[in-house]
Amino acid sequence: MTEVLLETRNLTIKFGGITAADNVSLTINAGKNLAIIGPNGAGKTTFLNICTGWLKPSKGQVLFEGQDITPLPPRKIVDRGVARAFQIPQLFTEHTALENLLIAASARQKRRNPLVDMHAIPERTEMLNLLDMVGCADVADALVVELPEGQRKLIDIAVALALKPRLLLMDEPTSGVASSEKHAIMEILIGALKEANVTSVFVEHDMGIVEKYADEVAVWNSGNVQLRGTPAEILEHPDVIRDVIGEVV
Amino acid sequence: MPTRTQSSKPSNKVNARMTSPLSWLWIVGMAVIIAVPFLVPSMQLLVNFALAKGLAVLGVTVLLRAGQVSFGHALYFGIAAYAGAFLMTSMPATDFFVILIVGVLGAIVAGLFVGLFVVRYRGIFFGMLNLAFSMIFWSILEKFYHLTGGADGLRFTRPTVFGQALDHVQFNMVLYYSVLVLMVALGWFTHRWFASPVGQLFQTIKTNETRLEYLGISPKRALLSGYLLSAALCGVGGVMMGMAQGVVTPEYVWWVRSAEMVFIAVLGGAGSVQGAFLGALIYEVVRTYASVYAGDIWQMILGGFLLIIILFAPGGLIGILESAFKRDTTKPSAKTGDRK
Amino acid sequence: MNFSIFLLALFDGVAYAALVFIVALGLTLIFGVMRILNVAHGSLYAIGAYTTVSLVGYFLALGFAPAFAFPLMIVSAILVGIVIGAPLEYFLLRRIYQKSEVLQLLVTFAVFMILEDVQRLVWGTQPYFNSSALQVLGNVTVFGVTYTAYQLILLPLIAVVLLLGMRFFLRHTIIGKLITATTEDREAAQSIGIDADRVFLFTFVIGAVLAGLGGALASPTTSILPGMGADMIVLSFAVVATAGLGQIEGAALTALMIGLGRSFAVYLYPEISVLVPYLIMVLVLLVRPEGLFGSPAARKI
Repeated sequence: MTEVLLETRNLTIKFGGITAADNVSLTINAGKNLAIIGPNGAGKTTFLNICTGWLKPSKGQVLFEGQDITPLPPRKIVDRGVARAFQIPQLFTEHTALENLLIAASARQKRRNPLVDMHAIPERTEMLNLLDMVGCADVADALVVELPEGQRKLIDIAVALALKPRLLLMDEPTSGVASSEKHAIMEILIGALKEANVTSVFVEHDMGIVEKYADEVAVWNSGNVQLRGTPAEILEHPDVIRDVIGEVV
Repeated sequence: MPTRTQSSKPSNKVNARMTSPLSWLWIVGMAVIIAVPFLVPSMQLLVNFALAKGLAVLGVTVLLRAGQVSFGHALYFGIAAYAGAFLMTSMPATDFFVILIVGVLGAIVAGLFVGLFVVRYRGIFFGMLNLAFSMIFWSILEKFYHLTGGADGLRFTRPTVFGQALDHVQFNMVLYYSVLVLMVALGWFTHRWFASPVGQLFQTIKTNETRLEYLGISPKRALLSGYLLSAALCGVGGVMMGMAQGVVTPEYVWWVRSAEMVFIAVLGGAGSVQGAFLGALIYEVVRTYASVYAGDIWQMILGGFLLIIILFAPGGLIGILESAFKRDTTKPSAKTGDRK
Repeated sequence: MNFSIFLLALFDGVAYAALVFIVALGLTLIFGVMRILNVAHGSLYAIGAYTTVSLVGYFLALGFAPAFAFPLMIVSAILVGIVIGAPLEYFLLRRIYQKSEVLQLLVTFAVFMILEDVQRLVWGTQPYFNSSALQVLGNVTVFGVTYTAYQLILLPLIAVVLLLGMRFFLRHTIIGKLITATTEDREAAQSIGIDADRVFLFTFVIGAVLAGLGGALASPTTSILPGMGADMIVLSFAVVATAGLGQIEGAALTALMIGLGRSFAVYLYPEISVLVPYLIMVLVLLVRPEGLFGSPAARKI
C-alpha cells in the first residue's frame, strides 16, 4: 500500500557534452526516507534541481502527487509541498538565524500586512522550537553570516522544515557538520520528519548514515539510477562497494 | 552596499530605542522643524523643499534596502509633479488633496509599468534601465512642448484647500505642515513596512534570491512591492515640491535630480528612514549657502563626498550618529529590522 | 520617403552607429574583463571631444594645415586614456573590485558627477564647434546624394577596423590572451603568474582611449556642449545591454540597429527619434532579458 509521492519519468538533461540526467525514472514513496548515493558528478544534485524546477529537463516529466509539475518554477513547486535544503546553505546572510526562519514562516503564510512586525507573528514560538530542534537555539539572534558552516547547514534544513513540506529534498545534509555530531543530528532530524509525516530524500556520502537512517537507497551513476533497494541490499552489493564506497573510503 | 551596521546585535527590545539618547535627538529635531515657520520664517520654504526631497530620497532608500540602486527615480518625482500640474492647468482651483492623490497615483501607475519591466534585473541593469526610462520621459517632456510646455515647463496657480482659496502665506503654511505630516506618516509606515514580513521578504533580494524562490516567493514580485512603494514615495515628494514651487519643469526628471536623490540617501545612511530626511535637510541647507560660492563645482563636490562616504563612512550620517551615541549607552541598539 | 531621403537616413544611421560603436566597444570591453560598468565612460567621451576641439583650434591658429586635425584626434584619445583613465583605475577602481556591484556602480557614478563639472570648469558652457577634419576629406556623391566622406567612409572604416582589430588582439596576441585568461578566471590566471592588476589597468586604459577616440571622432560632426557625456553613457549602455554585456561583435550589430533606427526616425517621426534607441533596447530586453547575444548566467546551487 505504498503511496507514490513524487515520480519522475525519463528525465534527460545535457550540459554541453555531459549527460547529467539520462532517462531517469524514479518513484519516491510517501513516508519513506530515500538516500541517494553515488560518486561525484553522477548527477545527484542535478536530479534534485530538476525535481524542484530549477532546471528544466529536455525530455521527461516530474509528477508530484500524480500531477505534472515539470513546467512549474521552483516557487510553485514549493507551494505544493516540496521543500529543499542545499549543499551550500542558501540563507539570508544579513538576517539572524531566527529571522531566517521567521521569513520562511511568513512566506509560507503569504503574510502581506505591512504593519505587522515580523518578530511578532504567531509562528515565532514554533520557529524557536524548530531552531532548538536542530540545536541552534543559542545562536537564534546571531547573524547567519557569522555562523560556522555546520550551523548554517542545519539552519538551512530548519528553513526548509519551516515551510511544513510533505517532501523534503536534502543535498548532503551532514556535510560540514562535525562528524561526532552527524548521527545525533540525523537522529533528531529523521525523528522530526517522521513525527511531522514528511517524506525525505537525501543525498549522502556517509554510508554509516545511509545504513542507519535510510529506508531505501538509490545508487546514482553516470546520470541514472543504477540500483535501488534497502540499505542492507545496496551496501553489500559488489558494484556499490567498488564504485561508491570504495571512493569514499 | 553600505546599509545596516552589522555590529548591532539584534534583540527584541523594541523599547530600547525609546529611551536612547538618539531618540531624544529626533524629538528635539522634530520640535525645531515644527517651530521653523515661527522662529525663522525665512527658512520655511527651504525646509519645505528639503522635506519634499526627503520623501523622494526615502523612495530611493527603500530600494537600497534590497541592495538595488536606481539612477532614474526622479522619473516618479517628475511624473507625479506633472500629473498634478496637468490637473491644475486643465482644472484650476482643484483641491490640494485631489492633486496630491492624483500625482501619487500617477507615480504608482508609472511605477507599475516600468517596475514590471525593471524587476527582471538587478545591479547594473536595474540602475541603468531606470536611468534610461527617466531619460525617455525627460525627452518626451522636452519635445512635446505643446503639451508639456517644453523646457519652460508648466506654471499653475495655487490649489484650493477644502474649497477655500488661500493667500500665499496661508497656503505655504498648509504646504509646510502637510509635508511634515507626510514625513511622519510615511516615515512611520516605511519603518513598519521594513520590519513587516512583506518588507523583510523584499529585503532578502539583497542576500539570497535562490532561497527566496525556494520559499515559494517570486523574487520579482517581492522586488515589485518595494519598487511601487519607492515610486509612490518619490511621487509624494514630487507633487509636494511642484505645489511648493508653483511650476514644474523637465529638470524634475533630469538625471542630475536622480543622482541627487541617490547621493542624499547614501549621505544620510543607506537604508535609514531618518537618514533620508536628515540627509535632505543638511543637503538643502548646505546647497543653498554653498551654491553662492561653489555653484559651478556643486556636482564635483557631491561626487567627491559620495566617494568619501562610500569608501570611508559607509553607514552615512546615521551610522556616524549611532556610533557616537553608542558610547553613551550600554544598551544594544534596536534589532536589525527596527532601524528607522 | 523617396530614395534620396532613404539614402540620407541610411548614411546618417551608419555614421552615427560607427561613433556609438566605438564608445560602446570601450564600455563593453571594460565590463567584459573587469565586471564594472563605468558610468564615467560618457564623460571620457565628452572630454575626448573637448580636448580635440581645443587642440585643433590651437594648432590651426598656429598655422598648421587642417589635416593636422587627424593626428590630434589620436593624441586626444590617448591623453584621455593616460591622464584620466589610468589614475582612475589605479587610485580608485582598484580599491572596489571586491565590493558589491551596486557599490561599484555608485563609485563610477560619483566619478561621472565629478568629471561633468571638470568639463564645465575647463571648457565652460558655451558650445564648441570645429569641423576642419570634415572639410579636409570633402564630399562624396552616391546615387545623387552628397555626403561627407568623413562620415560615410572614414567613420565606418575606423569602426570596422577597431572591431576586427579587437577580435584579433584578444584572440591572437599574447596580451589579448592574457586579458581573456584573466577574464575567465582571475585566480587561475594569477596562479600561473599573470599580473591581473596590470591586465586590469591596461584594459581600463584601452577602454578609456576608445571612449576618448569616440569623442574625438565625433567632434567635427557635432556641437560640443555640456550634457553630451550623460547622453552618450545612456546610449552606449543601451547598445551594450541590447547586445548583451561583454559581447563585442554583438555591440557592433546593435549599434547599427540603433543608429539606423534613430536616423530613420529623424526623417519619419522626428519627435520620437531620441526615444528610438531606448525603445529598441526595451523591446529586445522584453524578449531576451540577457540581450541579443548574451547568455543567461545559471547560478550553481
